[in-house]
Amino acid sequence: MTLPRFALVAALLVVAGLFLPMVIPNPYYFYAGYVVLQYVVIATGWNILGGYAGYTNFGASAFFGAGAYAAAFLFKAFGLPLIFQILGAAAVGMFLGVATGYLTLRIQGVYFAIATVALVIVLETLVHNTEYLGGASGMTHIAPPPPAWFGGQTQFVFWVMLVIAACAVVLARWLELSWIGRGLRAIRASEPAAESCGVPTLRLKLLACALSGGVMAAAGAPYPTYTSYLDPVSAFSLLIGLNALAMPLIGGTRNWKGPVIGALLLASVQQIATVTISSEFNILAVGVVLIAFVVLAPEGLLGLKSAWARPKLRLSGAKP
Amino acid sequence: MIVLDLALNAVATGIVLGSIYALLALGLAITFGILHIPNVAHPAIVIAGAYAVVVLNRFGLDPILAGLLWSIPFYFIGLAFYEFYARSFESRGGGNTLQSLTLFFGISLVIEIALVVAYGTDLRSVRVGYVGESLRLGTVAIPYRFLVPALITPVVVFLLWLYLSKTNTGLAIRAVAHDERAVSVAGVNPTAIKRHAFGIATALAVIAGAALVITGPVDPFAGRIHIGRVFAIVVLAGMGTIPGTLAAAIIIGVAESLVMSFASPSWAPGVAFAILLATLALRPTGLFGGVR
Amino acid sequence: MSEPLLSVRDVSKSFGAIKALGPVGLDVAEGERLGIIGPNGSGKTTLINCITGFFRPDTGTISYKGQDITRLPAYRRARLGLSRSFQIPHPFTGMTVIENLLVPMDYGATSARKELENAEEILRSVGLAERRDHPAEQLSQLELRKLELARALAARPAILIADEAMAGLSEAEIDDILSVLFELNRAGVTVIMIEHIMHAVMRYSERVICLETGQVIAEGSPEKITSSPVVQKVYFGEQTAR
Ligand SMILES: Nc1ncnc2c1ncn2[C@@H]1O[C@H](COP(=O)(O)OP(=O)(O)OP(=O)(O)O)[C@@H](O)[C@H]1O
Ligand SMILES: [Mg+2]
Repeated sequence: MTLPRFALVAALLVVAGLFLPMVIPNPYYFYAGYVVLQYVVIATGWNILGGYAGYTNFGASAFFGAGAYAAAFLFKAFGLPLIFQILGAAAVGMFLGVATGYLTLRIQGVYFAIATVALVIVLETLVHNTEYLGGASGMTHIAPPPPAWFGGQTQFVFWVMLVIAACAVVLARWLELSWIGRGLRAIRASEPAAESCGVPTLRLKLLACALSGGVMAAAGAPYPTYTSYLDPVSAFSLLIGLNALAMPLIGGTRNWKGPVIGALLLASVQQIATVTISSEFNILAVGVVLIAFVVLAPEGLLGLKSAWARPKLRLSGAKP
Repeated sequence: MIVLDLALNAVATGIVLGSIYALLALGLAITFGILHIPNVAHPAIVIAGAYAVVVLNRFGLDPILAGLLWSIPFYFIGLAFYEFYARSFESRGGGNTLQSLTLFFGISLVIEIALVVAYGTDLRSVRVGYVGESLRLGTVAIPYRFLVPALITPVVVFLLWLYLSKTNTGLAIRAVAHDERAVSVAGVNPTAIKRHAFGIATALAVIAGAALVITGPVDPFAGRIHIGRVFAIVVLAGMGTIPGTLAAAIIIGVAESLVMSFASPSWAPGVAFAILLATLALRPTGLFGGVR
Repeated sequence: MSEPLLSVRDVSKSFGAIKALGPVGLDVAEGERLGIIGPNGSGKTTLINCITGFFRPDTGTISYKGQDITRLPAYRRARLGLSRSFQIPHPFTGMTVIENLLVPMDYGATSARKELENAEEILRSVGLAERRDHPAEQLSQLELRKLELARALAARPAILIADEAMAGLSEAEIDDILSVLFELNRAGVTVIMIEHIMHAVMRYSERVICLETGQVIAEGSPEKITSSPVVQKVYFGEQTAR
């Protein structure tokens, strides 16, 4: 599928989403669906850096939380509407990504990974000590009523998340097909070889950091509106960082489909499971699945599939 | 005068705190610093060790003695652990940091939840006679529950340093990380050496666990707060220098303690990471590491 | 001789206490075929890494087309036309063989039109044509060497530096690669060949430099180098001893 056609399909899905509230009366489905879509965005964003370029980010929750708090701040301070909260959050995420990347990527990938663990704690500490953002106990976030069309706030944020997810997936798909994606794949395979082919590895990695961070932060932006409340523990939750890593690994990290499939699968299972089992077992299950995939199927579900399929050539790719 | 007292107290506490941190970081100084295996599960193993110590302490055993006893089975667990890691990755051509980091991340979660399942999320502590008492030197007061574990550190650091720089096996551990081929030419099996080193690192984790649980109660997730800190120490020290690890840990301990006394305890968790980021940006070879 | 295309002046590089290279100086003229030989660990790869920007030399300068490139990052040098192959193959795994060649074409010096045809042409010339659509990780060690060279060629270099591109190849394959490199040189490309396969370097090069413990110990025509007693001592002596 060419990119314009791909974008068209995504746009059609978004339009179709507008009519869902008429078809499905029970708001619970939107409540659960929101979380699934949120993970589609997080996993897709994570994969831009983690999958395409091969740089592990353990701190997805830092970006998610930063996005959520940026949105809440913009609303509290300036009363900005949701769309500007999302854009502001994305900008914050991009900045964080570039800053972390700039400090650590010049040295070695391991340090980047460790710095991302650190980033979560730094941001959490920061929020804990910021009275204005509610400190450790959190803050309420009373969003203005949603457009009447949607029938409820939950249905509205679900649709907003659908829009973000569509944009994120189209972005990922575009990156994958463009010369940027090819450069990132070259970096993932071998940085010296990429450099020797003229790939500006540092710049490209920073670009990937920025885009990845921006997307993950955008995933956090509607969160305060969704829950009407924001606190550091849930905004910087370990489960987010873990899922961001596990979903692409389960699906496959080589292309846009992997994180989407992984997120749809794992997040749906988790949504069903949280009703029945404790969150500890939830984490345990993800941990075990993660180990199993890393050891047994490092290329994810899609990798298992393509082991049988014939290799195909990717032809597209414009000039830089 | 009060400020001076406060500062003196903070520095003393920081040094003590730092030497406990050093104990936590020593295992990682071997696995990450020397072998370059990014073992993010190390703090979780420390906590598992702390729980193991609590179990023996029930029978009235001193925690430090319990830690020493446990270090033997933990050594063998470490061997198995490395074997699993090596079979999963190194045989496959290895070296994929993303995958090995992810593996260790997964393992640390499994350890944590296993502890939750076995013991619940309540805090666990050990019983020792000196809890609640402090050593007083003028205006400086240091609780024994910090002082005693802190005193283990110099001993362990010295022995480890002696082992790594004076014995043949210790030198082989350093050499294997540097040049695997050269070691195997010299008639040493590089996999066996690395496995042994990993075993020692795991044994050190249980001793660190014993020290940690003397300082205060632990819960299954108590390791998380230390992940960034121990990596910060190893990087600040300069990857794998053992005395450097102690010095770096004390620097971080004192910095945290000063922040706690003069700013607010809630800022303390950020200190190690700020230092980590600054080190990576300004002096990636660490304070005591040579250029590699 | 007119102004050299590439000029290395007093370049040295140490790793900790080990002095791996230099100081060495050398000039490469445009269109030249230069061979670099030397025993294992004599600093050949280190020299190449300094020239192509993977190591920053401790001392000295490197200039290319009259421009000082000592502090230029590796990818900028690649874009200026300095292309290399790696001694230990660094394939782009996760890509097909032909896509490997598209990377330098996407990012490289010249904007080559008809990328795909060019890439196929190059694959044919090194004998990888039927592996075109296979993932790089499925290639044999030998094929990886060929891919390494093919990718360096795909960058359409002004200087090609081949670091032991022919190790392990059969005589027939060596002949093939040599004729590819002769062809390339006729088209105006300067070639620096690092090689342990003596008869290949000697046949190919117009001039040969011999390194030993980071120093240039001999330099001259292939005939002169082959008969040089210094070279015989450090190089051929060691070779026969192994
Ligand atoms: N990255 C590095 N770190 C430390 N030492 C290095 C590094 N690269 C090379 N060396 C050392 O520098 C010296 C020169 O190595 P170099 O690879 O340049 O030799 P070479 O001539 O290419 O040998 P070969 O024929 O085996 O390829 C050797 O002693 C080697 O051990
Ligand atoms: Mg070499």
